[in-house]
Formats: sequence, structure tokens, C-alpha cells
Amino acid sequence: MTETTTAHGTGGPAGRGPAAAGTPASTTFASLSLVPKAAARQSMKDFKSDQEVRWCPGCGDYAILAAVQGFMPELGVAKENIVFVSGIGCSSRFPYYMNTYGMHSIHGRAPAIATGLATSRQDLSVWVVTGDGDALSIGGNHLIHALRRNVNLKILLFNNRIYGLTKGQYSPTSEIGKITKSTPMGSLDVPFNPVSLALGAEASFVARTVDSDRKHLTEVLRQAAAHPGTALVEIYQNCNIFNDGAFEALKDQQQAEEAVIRLEHGQPIRFGPDRAKGVVRDPATGDLQVVEVTPDNEAQVLIHDAHSASPTTAFALSRLADPDTLHHTPIGVFRSVDRPVYDTLMAGQLDTAVEQNGKGDLAALMAGGDTWTVIG
Amino acid sequence: MTSKVSSTTEQADGADGALVGGQRKPAGTKDVRRLDRVIIRFAGDSGDGMQLTGDRFTSETASFGNDLSTLPNFPAEIRAPAGTLPGVSSFQLHFADHDILTPGDAPDVLVAMNPAALKANVGDLPRGAEIIVNTDEFTRRAMQKVGYAVSPLEDGSLDGYQIHPVPLTTLTVEALKEFALSRKEAERSKNMFALGLLSWMYHRPTEGTERFLRTKFAKKPDIAAANIAAFRAGWNFGETTEDFAVSYEVAPAATAFPTGTYRNISGNLALSYGLVAASRQAELPLYLGSYPITPASDILHELSKHKNFGVRTFQAEDEIAGIGAALGAAFGGSLAVTTTSGPGVALKSETIGLAVSLELPLLIVDIQRGGPSTGLPTKTEQADLLQAMYGRNGEAPVPVIAPRTPADCFQAALEAARIALVYRTPVFLLSDGYLANGSEPWRIPELEELPDLRVEFAQGPNHTLDDGTQAFWPYKRDPQTLARPWAVPGTPGLEHRIGGIEKQDGTGNISYDPANHDFMVRTRQAKIDNIAVADLEVDDPGNTARTLVLGWGSTYGPITAAVRRLRTAGEHIAQAHLRHLNPFPKNLGTVLAAYDKVVIPEMNLGQLATLIRAKYLVDADSYNQVNGMPFKAEQLATALKEAIDD
Ligand SMILES: Cc1ncc(C[n+]2csc(CCOP(=O)(O)OP(=O)(O)O)c2C)c(N)n1
Ligand code: SF4
Ligand SMILES: [Mg+2]
Repeated sequence: MTETTTAHGTGGPAGRGPAAAGTPASTTFASLSLVPKAAARQSMKDFKSDQEVRWCPGCGDYAILAAVQGFMPELGVAKENIVFVSGIGCSSRFPYYMNTYGMHSIHGRAPAIATGLATSRQDLSVWVVTGDGDALSIGGNHLIHALRRNVNLKILLFNNRIYGLTKGQYSPTSEIGKITKSTPMGSLDVPFNPVSLALGAEASFVARTVDSDRKHLTEVLRQAAAHPGTALVEIYQNCNIFNDGAFEALKDQQQAEEAVIRLEHGQPIRFGPDRAKGVVRDPATGDLQVVEVTPDNEAQVLIHDAHSASPTTAFALSRLADPDTLHHTPIGVFRSVDRPVYDTLMAGQLDTAVEQNGKGDLAALMAGGDTWTVIG
Repeated sequence: MTSKVSSTTEQADGADGALVGGQRKPAGTKDVRRLDRVIIRFAGDSGDGMQLTGDRFTSETASFGNDLSTLPNFPAEIRAPAGTLPGVSSFQLHFADHDILTPGDAPDVLVAMNPAALKANVGDLPRGAEIIVNTDEFTRRAMQKVGYAVSPLEDGSLDGYQIHPVPLTTLTVEALKEFALSRKEAERSKNMFALGLLSWMYHRPTEGTERFLRTKFAKKPDIAAANIAAFRAGWNFGETTEDFAVSYEVAPAATAFPTGTYRNISGNLALSYGLVAASRQAELPLYLGSYPITPASDILHELSKHKNFGVRTFQAEDEIAGIGAALGAAFGGSLAVTTTSGPGVALKSETIGLAVSLELPLLIVDIQRGGPSTGLPTKTEQADLLQAMYGRNGEAPVPVIAPRTPADCFQAALEAARIALVYRTPVFLLSDGYLANGSEPWRIPELEELPDLRVEFAQGPNHTLDDGTQAFWPYKRDPQTLARPWAVPGTPGLEHRIGGIEKQDGTGNISYDPANHDFMVRTRQAKIDNIAVADLEVDDPGNTARTLVLGWGSTYGPITAAVRRLRTAGEHIAQAHLRHLNPFPKNLGTVLAAYDKVVIPEMNLGQLATLIRAKYLVDADSYNQVNGMPFKAEQLATALKEAIDD
């Protein structure tokens, strides 16, 4: 028999059900201030669903799943108030494996659906899981608009630079000349750089991390989760079936030292063996360039400022990477700035409307305008 | 039983010529004739303010207590080239001392603000109709623009009509000479002069319009004063000039209306109020995800004014995001709505399919317009029925309902919400441009009359596993309705995942099992097929008819008017009108079988007829019109007469 309770008298836009009446206490995550806290400590295992994970053995998605499940308890919020929404793709199967609320929706539309959920329920922590095709091809429009609105969503973009689920066509992040089933003579289109794209779309939080670096991935998730507004996290993910080794340059011990630039807020942007290389601004063009650090130019090495009001330097950093070799790929948080959050503003307008006009009175609304009465 | 009408706005009920409380009364020195009904059409350039003029005349008429029906008709361009035929905008109003059903076939009176307006509309007038023309605009150039080589006012071509040549522009400018306005600015008030004249002719109450102008131009008191002056000058012109020897009275339609408080309402406004009412009755917050499109945008505009009702309106980046956001809100426990027109429905189809699969409540409001593609954005049509029924991949049944008149949009919205909430399904509400913009009197319902739409969210486990443990199964159905539980995020212990991939019956887990898919497809269909809808009522006085006319949606007015004409002429014809297009009422088959002939008039090429023929194997006759305009009663009466005689 279905055990149900009635929704009577709970017409408020957010926070129905007993969980909403829980005890939201202060949390380290500003973005989650309206989300009820977990009653008891949670562990990674609480976030594993009973569904068998069905990615190809060796797929980078496993590592990301483990990292996310491992991180979730840290949020400290009731897991029934966490929702994962995804589109379509290998990566978008993610919600099935999380023991939270979840929706595996349709191709590209997860940001739109999540926007409706997040703007109507501020008591939820809403996460979007998407792929490079899902987010940047079919769903490109929704992604950029979610970013510019700054809805309280955490978007995890699994970038494997390929269409995994449809068996290996090139994607909007594939390098030019990519040979795939649909491009036997090489792909023709210039790839998107998701970080550049997000910065151009007015994103308030943009980060990049790599599936195989659990520690870095977790730290980025932590910062994203704490960010009030839309956070875009690009996660380089290996598809060992259709694009194996796509990020090898960033993973191979030796190459990585040359290739990866780890961004840390407030720290000089240096990398390479003995941190011998640094990023400086070219005084002639204003653009960024990589130089050998010498005592003469050491003072010019850029200090990373993720909170800079202007996205210009973050954008320039996003352009350092070579799309083919991935050399000079910055990872970490490019940008994290405070900006009004759409759902908060929307809720604010509702409150203001009540302050200004009183709580809606249906009888008065219907009887507005010129009326006349017919009496028997 | 006799009824009488009392109005909150003062009304002309005497003829003493005095200004009582700002209310103008005819002086009584001229002939007054009584009419039972009148059809007026205001026509001018799209920049002439004809819609506003029509609206005001309608409000005056509504507050006077006549029954009425309106038909605004305007070009898709905001300002089509001035003085051209495509730029003509018109507003037709039919009002009467008895209940009426349509905006009328042919105007008794045409107000033509320029040659283009005359040329575009004169063909619709019966001989003997009155035409008030603004002679000032009949310059050689303006006439040439629309192909009049000689002035139609002088060449005898209008001999069959009663022409009132009035230099509306000059008179308006003259009336406003004391105002510090440029000639151009003063000319703009000519529509108010015309409105004043017509208000005199038909004894309309004027206070409402004066109050309206004061409010509308509250920030520009001199413009308000100028418009009021022009309005009064028009009224006085009628009173004094000899050209207008008669004025007319159309008594309030007191006996046509049941007791109650009334207002005039357009379809889109009624639909908006219906949604707000549904939210209140369901005790669920209303969430609208929408993308602007004619003729649906007014609902987005209206609902965004009512944030103090807890209404959230989200103007999305496109139609897909509009419905996506609505679906997300539905998952979260809102009463979710998306509003659009045909092209938007095309974009939303994939998400509607997802909603069918997720089995969440969602209202899809389609204000139909002429198609295909961009089609005729500002004109009406009923050609999205099959799109609503079948426009998705896979077996994706969606309930479809349609309002029949502008005011009925209110009830239709409540009914759509009921079905969506009880059966956890997306529901199509098919209105159209004619209902959306047309208006009629509406008896404002008492709150107690509104249906109880409250829902129960799932709150705990609903299933016992073999090992005795309690579990929550998101696809375990209510045995009666086949609805699945609505478990909103935030409910502890009910964490679950849903998606567009086929689900295992009960658990909702991904399943590719062939037998399960077959079962799920049939179960989703059965859920929709078994929705409880009211039986179809048939109007067949004396059960004498052999021919049934069956309609749906906005054809109700014209069909009913045609049926009345036929019956007055002694014909026997039965009439039935469908609110529910999917599922059809259970008794529809029996109803159809009871008649020798079934005629289905539609503003499409026979979409309902196709459904009826397929489902009931009835050789229904289709009668179609797709010219962007509603049927005319006379035309339908003729067609139905042929069917009866056939
Ligand atoms: C409307 C629609 N078009 C196409 C598809 C087929 N399709 C499914 S996933 C996919 C691409 C997925 O690529 P990506 O987003 O990069 O995800 P990945 O599988 O690589 O994780 C495509 C084209 C679909 N499911 N729906
Ligand atoms: S195809 Fe690639 S992305 Fe998809 S599951 Fe297999 S390895 Fe992972
Ligand atoms: Mg991919």
C-alpha cells in the first residue's frame, strides 16, 4: 500500500516535506545555506546506489564517480536534498549510480531542467553531469545561458573529446583533423575550449581538473560546491575505448611536468621541473606567455587571482594550452567571483511582490477590472 | 424570471442630456432606436490605435451589461507600412441584449480611419451598412496607395451603404487646439474622437473610458486631458451634427446571464487566471517556463505580474529550455506549465516525450496559430491537434483538452491541471488565436466553486520486498488511476532516479527487457485511455435530428450560432462539442452511432475528423476553413443545411 502524506497547506515554493523542516545549520558551503544539513555523518557508501555500474572497464568515469561519492559526505547536507541531473551520453549515466535524487534526461537539456528545479527549490543542492557533446554541441545554448544567469548549479562536464555513447564520432572538443568513423579524412572544425567558452559566457566559477588526479579533482569539487551560483568544472576524462590517451600528456609523469600548469589562487603561476617556467604578461600585447624564470623576470611572474573582477586574465590563461599537444594546460580554478545568484534574485522578487502588493488574493484578482452584477 | 443589471461603473439609463457624475447622457433631442444587437468594426492603420479603441468600446459595453463577443484582427508586423492594405488593423465587436456566440459575420457599422481600412473591409459589409469614414485621410496619395483611382466616396461605388463622411482628424485637431500639442500629437487622439462618436451613437457609458485614460496617462496628465477632450468632442459631435440623426439603444442582456458578478475577459487572461487558480487549488506553487511567441506571450506577461501568488515565471533561452525548466520544477513538486504556439510545440516534443516517460504532471499550453512553420502568427487555426496527439517519437500518449470560448479558458486550465496532477502526465491544452485575443463576459466564480486539486506526495516506502524489507518503488502504480507516486526531492528515504530510458515496471530501474517494454508501453497508453472525463453532452431538442454537428475548441461559437439559425428556420440538427480530445469521452461512440450523418467543422483540413473516422469507423463529413479567421455562422448554417438535406 502506498503510504502518502498530503501536501495541504504547504504551498510554499521551496522546502516542502519533512526534510525541509530539518535543521539547517551553518555550513562551510555558502551555496548550501538553504539546504538542510544531514542528521548524521554520512560516508561514501551512503552515496552509492544499488545499481551496477556499466561503463567500459578502465573508463575514466569510474574515477570521477568515486571522487564524487567520496566527496559528497563533506557537503554535510541531507542526501535527500541532493539531486543529480544529466543529459545523454556515457557520462550522463552518472545519476543512476548516486544514491540521491536524480534525473537522466535528454540530450543536452540537463542545464535547463536543473534550472527549473534549482530556481523552484532553493533547499536543494543541484548537480548537472554532462559530456562534451551533451554540453557543447546539442546543449550549447542551455549551457551558456545557465552560466550567464548564475543559477545555483554545479555543472560537471566530462570532457573525453569524443562521443562515447554513439561509438566514437568526433566531438566539439576534438582536435582538428581527428580521424573518426564520421570523419575518415579528418575533422574540419576548430574545437571549443570549454573554459574559454564558459568565461565568455559570463561564468562566475570556472575550473578544470583531471579524472586521474583524485586529490585535485576533490579539491576542485570542494571549491565548486562552495561557490554560490553556477560552477562549471571541466573534467578531462579518458575514454579508453574511443579516444584512449587523449590526456596522456597531462598524466604521464615526465610529460606532465612540462604540460600541466597548476593554478592556485594567490600563488605565482610557475611549473615545470624545478618550477623553472612561469607565466608572464607580454607588455607589448598584454597577452600571456610562458618563459624560463630568471632572477631578472621572476618579479614579473603572474600571481594567479581567481577572484579578479575581470575575466580577461583567466581567459588568457585558458588560451595557453595547445589544443593538439595539450602543452601548457592550466588546471585548477580559473575564476571564482561572487555575483548575484539567479534563484536568490527570483525568490527575492517574489518576496518583494508580497511586500508591495500583499499575498495574492485570487478572488480580488479575478474581480479586477470593470465588473457588473446580475441579480435574479 | 426577470433579472436586472447593476453596474459598478455608472451607466447611461436616462436621456436628460446632463453630465451626471461625469457620465454623459444623450440630450434626447434626436431619434433613439432600439436594436437587439449590433456588430461594429473599427479599422485603421496599425498605428491608429484600433485595438485600444475596440478594447475601450468593449469595456463600456461589458459594463453596460450587454452580451458581447470580440474579434481583434491585426497584422504580424508591429507597424506595417502606413496606409497600406497589409497594415490594416481591425477590431470587431458584436453586442446584444440577448446571449450571443460569435463576434458576428458581417459588421453593421464600419469605422474606416483611412482608404486602406475602407478598401480592406468594405467587402465584408452587407448592403445598407453604415460606414463612418475619416475623410481627412482620403487624399489622392493615400487613395492611390491602395489602388483607388477616384475617391470611392465620390464615384458612387458606396451607394448601397449609409456613408457618414467625417473629417475626424481635423475635428480632433480643432478640439485640441487649446492644448500645447503639435498637430501630429493632436492627430493621435483621433481614435478617441471616433470612440466618443460611437459611444454617443450606442449610448455607451463613458466614465470607464475617461477613468481609463486618466490612469493610462497618469504620468502625462496633459495627454490624458487631450484624449479625454477628444473623446468628449466625438461624443458631442454626434449629439450636435445633423449627419447623425439617430442613436441606438441596445438594452442590457439581463436575462441572458445567470445571477453573478461579471467582467469582460479574453481567452489568454482567463487561461492565466485559471492557472493561478489551479495553483491555489492544488496548493502547489505555479512555475511557468516559456519563450515568447505570438499569440501565447500574453500569458507569460500576465503570470509574471503575479509573483505575490508565489508564481515563478522563467523566460528561457528557447522553447526547449522553457519546457525543460518546467519539467525540472515539476520534479521538484511545482505545478509546472509551459506556454507556446505551434512552432514552439515542435521544439518541445522531445521533452514532452521525456515527461511521458517520467510520468510527471506538466501543462503544455498551445495557443494555435496559422501554420505550417511561421505561418500566420496573428491569425487563428486549429491545425495542431494531430501534432499534440502524435507529434512525438515512440508511443507517447498525452491527454488533450480544448477550451470552447474565451472565458472557458479558465475552466479548461483547471481541468488540464486536474488531469496532469491526478494522472501524473503531461497534458496539452489547445487554445487558439481567436480565443486568446477574443473576449466575452465571464461570470467570476466564487472560490468555493473551484475544484479541489490537492495532491499527495509520496512520503514513505510503498513496497515490501521478498525478504520483507520496505522499499520505495517509483513506478509502482495506483491501481485505479495507474498514476505513479510523486516523490519530490527532499523526502528522506525516497531517493530515486528517473529517466527517459525504459524502466522496469515497479522499480523504475533501467530495463531493456522486451516483455517489460511491451508492458510499459501498453500501461502508459492504458493510463491515458482510462482518464476519467465527463460524458459528451448532446444538444438535440426533442431527439428529432438525424444529423449531428460535432466540434472542438473555438468553433463552438460559430457552430452554435449556425445551429440556432437552422433551428429557428425549422431544421432539426443535433450538436455536440468536445472538451476532451484525448481520451475521448466514453459515450462518444454511442453518440456518433445515433445519427445518420456526422459533420465536423474545423479550422484545419479535417484533423478531428481523421481521429473520429479512425477510431469509430464513422463516415464523418469534414467541413474545413483555413483562412486564419473563425467560421462565420451564416456560412456554417448553409453548409450544415446542405448536410441535412443531402
Ligand atoms: C536528440 C538526440 N540526438 C542524438 C542522440 C545520440 N547521442 C547520444 S549520446 C551522444 C553524444 C554523447 O557525447 P558526449 O556528450 O561527449 O558524452 P560521452 O558519451 O562522451 O560521455 C549522442 C550524439 C540522442 N540520444 N538524442
Ligand atoms: S565508451 Fe568511452 S566514455 Fe563510454 S563508457 Fe566506454 S570508455 Fe567510458
Ligand atoms: Mg564525450
